[in-house]
Amino acid sequence: MVSPNSPETPGSAASASGSPRAIQDVVIRLAGNSQDGIQSVGGFLARLAGRSDQDIMTYMTIPSTISGGPSIFQVRMGTGDVLSAGDRADMLVAFYQHSYDAHIGSLRPGGVLVYDSDQVTPAADDNRFTNVAVPITTATVEAVGGTSKDKGKNIFILGLIARVFDLDVAKLSALIKERFGGKDESIVRNSMLAFDAGYAWPQNNLRDLFYRFEAVDRQRASSGRPQVTLDGNTAIAYGLIAAGVRHGAGYPITPWSSIMETLRVEFPKYGGIFVQCEDEIASISTAIGFSYTGQLAITGSSGPGLSLKMEALGWATMAEIPLIVVNVQRGGPSTGMPTNVEQSDLMQAIYGSHGDTPRVVIAPKNVEDCFYVAIEACRIAREYSTPVIILTDMGLSSRIEAFDEPDLPKLMVDPKADLSERGTDFKPYPLDKITRHAPPGARIASGKYPTVTGLEHDELGHPTGSPKLHTQMTAKRRDKIKKLAASLPAPEFNGDSSGEVLLVTWGSSWGPGLEALGRIRKVGVKAGHLHLRHIHPLPNGLEDSFKRFHKIVVAELNDEGLYGYGQLAMMLRARYANPSIVSVTKTDGLTFKVSELVAGVAKHIESTELDAALGVSRKSALATS
Amino acid sequence: MSATALATPPPAPGAPLTKKALVADHPTWCPGCGDFAVLASFYRVLEKLNYPHEKIVTFAGIGCSSRFPYFVNTHGGHFIHGRALPFAAGISLGNDDLHVFVFGGDGDGFSIGGNHLVHTARKNVNLTYVIMDNSVYGLTKKQTSPTSPLGFKSKTDPWGAIDQPINPMRTLLNSGATFVARSHATQVNHMTDMMLRAAKHPGFSVVEILSECVEFFEGAFDAANPRKGGAWNLVDEKKHDGTPEDASRHDITDEVAAFKLAQQAWPGSFGVFYENNTRKTKNVLEHDLIAKAKEKTKNASDLQVLQSTFARLR
Repeated sequence: MVSPNSPETPGSAASASGSPRAIQDVVIRLAGNSQDGIQSVGGFLARLAGRSDQDIMTYMTIPSTISGGPSIFQVRMGTGDVLSAGDRADMLVAFYQHSYDAHIGSLRPGGVLVYDSDQVTPAADDNRFTNVAVPITTATVEAVGGTSKDKGKNIFILGLIARVFDLDVAKLSALIKERFGGKDESIVRNSMLAFDAGYAWPQNNLRDLFYRFEAVDRQRASSGRPQVTLDGNTAIAYGLIAAGVRHGAGYPITPWSSIMETLRVEFPKYGGIFVQCEDEIASISTAIGFSYTGQLAITGSSGPGLSLKMEALGWATMAEIPLIVVNVQRGGPSTGMPTNVEQSDLMQAIYGSHGDTPRVVIAPKNVEDCFYVAIEACRIAREYSTPVIILTDMGLSSRIEAFDEPDLPKLMVDPKADLSERGTDFKPYPLDKITRHAPPGARIASGKYPTVTGLEHDELGHPTGSPKLHTQMTAKRRDKIKKLAASLPAPEFNGDSSGEVLLVTWGSSWGPGLEALGRIRKVGVKAGHLHLRHIHPLPNGLEDSFKRFHKIVVAELNDEGLYGYGQLAMMLRARYANPSIVSVTKTDGLTFKVSELVAGVAKHIESTELDAALGVSRKSALATS
Repeated sequence: MSATALATPPPAPGAPLTKKALVADHPTWCPGCGDFAVLASFYRVLEKLNYPHEKIVTFAGIGCSSRFPYFVNTHGGHFIHGRALPFAAGISLGNDDLHVFVFGGDGDGFSIGGNHLVHTARKNVNLTYVIMDNSVYGLTKKQTSPTSPLGFKSKTDPWGAIDQPINPMRTLLNSGATFVARSHATQVNHMTDMMLRAAKHPGFSVVEILSECVEFFEGAFDAANPRKGGAWNLVDEKKHDGTPEDASRHDITDEVAAFKLAQQAWPGSFGVFYENNTRKTKNVLEHDLIAKAKEKTKNASDLQVLQSTFARLR
């Protein structure tokens, strides 16, 4: 099975019939209904990856989470770095006819179709795939017996996958026992029966569909700490806890809600409180109130909810209160595509609200980065007394990845508020310094207590209509963010330091971007990849990187807009006045496929090598449009 | 001599809190505004309560009356329109040692902030909310407010208001506020007493004070002002003294009786309509959750708790 996702995969030629073939990488898509528990198969595989010596990595997407409806997940396992979800599936498991109908198009020609022969009749004249009929429903019922009906089909398939790909059965069994151990004993027993039945099935029914992941030298520095497996939203939640956040408030909205649910349950263990509020406005207001007491607080939402929070966010900028706002982007505008990914809240995050509101926007690149971005956001919020927006997306929120357990003793931040007495010279808004508020509870030696306010104010927080003060205070709020910009590290840079094209990504497009860079360079094009974690303020010195390339192609999951550029590209063009900055955008609600990025780059540069690799001619619509 | 040396020295920690220490900016209200009296009463309330100065927080939303915190020298400030209650909930829940007072008007409380009023009351967050009701939007110069009576002529209803006004007392009772009182800005002693009782109440306490806007709604509350020929009807609270006349007095723990008071014809009664000291505050309930969680983790340190969580994610 040669995966199209890593065309460079060596040694994948078919071996002698019956013995396993070596592969580096496989993409499996499971399609069923959401009550079938197919996501939990992904969870098991991901956690196996975290615990495995084989270093299998997984990458999961859950496009739809509405209960009872069709549901899929795609898992990509590989022995190298898995950077994207994989463009097309090598194996499709179809539980129902509708699953087959909807997803057969995602299977690459030559791929393996595993279908439940009790439910699915594949098209008779379609011989593009290796069709494997498995009576998933009856086999599961037979294996489990009793009254459990077809519950356990997911575990049957897990067993089948374990056999086909030679996965570590002892570790998988342990994971199943851990997962169901707290429940009725019969559930563990039934699960193991289903697993064993699935595991046994290929032995007697499949001849040469056995694979083994190649051991490759990862060359990755080991931290010596074990791997942990979690999704992006969970990583943000625990990152905030490590960073000393103990207070927050929110309102339910997909896909933000799981952060709120995690924090609601976790905060009390740390002596903290997370409040579910009556609406988005109340939740940011409550969070700012928490922060005002000297304890950095978090609120969050997804697109429409962030819009509702904008007025209060403007207040936090004016009053200079530290605050963390998580925005899990989804397809918009309005209710849009709430379970799909988009990066279309960038402008809202940077420029939403009214008046001049300089603030900080950071975007994580993968699940592990969600944890560290949360920590960095908290440090910045405190140091610069400012709201910080963590701009993540649906692509990261529910994706499960395995990564090295963070060095917690080193990272933990003490959440204690500073209630020490402030000296006689205390001013909440000094013109020559960054604001350091005195929270209520702190005595002020002068006896003059500070007011924090959304009105323009003097250094003591009293309202003023002075034109001079408004100018000075506006500059004060702007200059601290510029100071932050000057302190930011150079952004991640991969590939050639100069050349034909620089691919720029932000957020969850990092992985596909990096993978695309590999393909572009492989065909001989000199290319670099720059990934922006700090979206606002931008780190200083980007213009120098841009100058060294003929074209700067900015890839983002939003619309090209009225002027032909995506939101980040628009901003970079305005900031650097560089006409070589161009866009690759799309709004199909899905993460970038590597091939889409490669084609997008090809559209903007003249490269016969790239065209040949893509099989396009310059006369084609793709190349000239 | 430096400016600091010339300034009045702050009172020593533990010294009684005086009006002198509490006065801040000179109020920006129009001469004759009812809010001056509310401010004067509030100074008296704080003197009587004598809380540690640094633990008092005075906050407000937007409106004429919401300028209040600038005139009180405590920790405090001025949030956005209508959202002072959820903000103050964050303060109250964020630090239980604080004494949180929120001031606002009828537009702030019953119109743009109506949703928050209902939910802060329902959750019984421990704070005191004083609504200075002038039945008109004053800061924006005379538009109809949610408490403007039918027929009130404003710039948005030059022919007289046509929308049914809110009944503030009924709204507050219905929201589940655990202390509901009503007063009048011309009755300084009564106001002081109401705010004092509200402050001492554990939970969400609210006092609605009729406070006349002399500029845009002159004479709005004369019907309850004896000096203007009105009737000042005090709530006759049950004393639980066993006397026959006590039977007909108002039991402040009786919610139905409170609703009956709220249904009286204008100008109605003044005093405590309702007080419920049996419902736990959100502050207490949240701390119960913390105590339970801590019991489960056997008071493990934050680091230990997070480490054990990550151990489960392996």
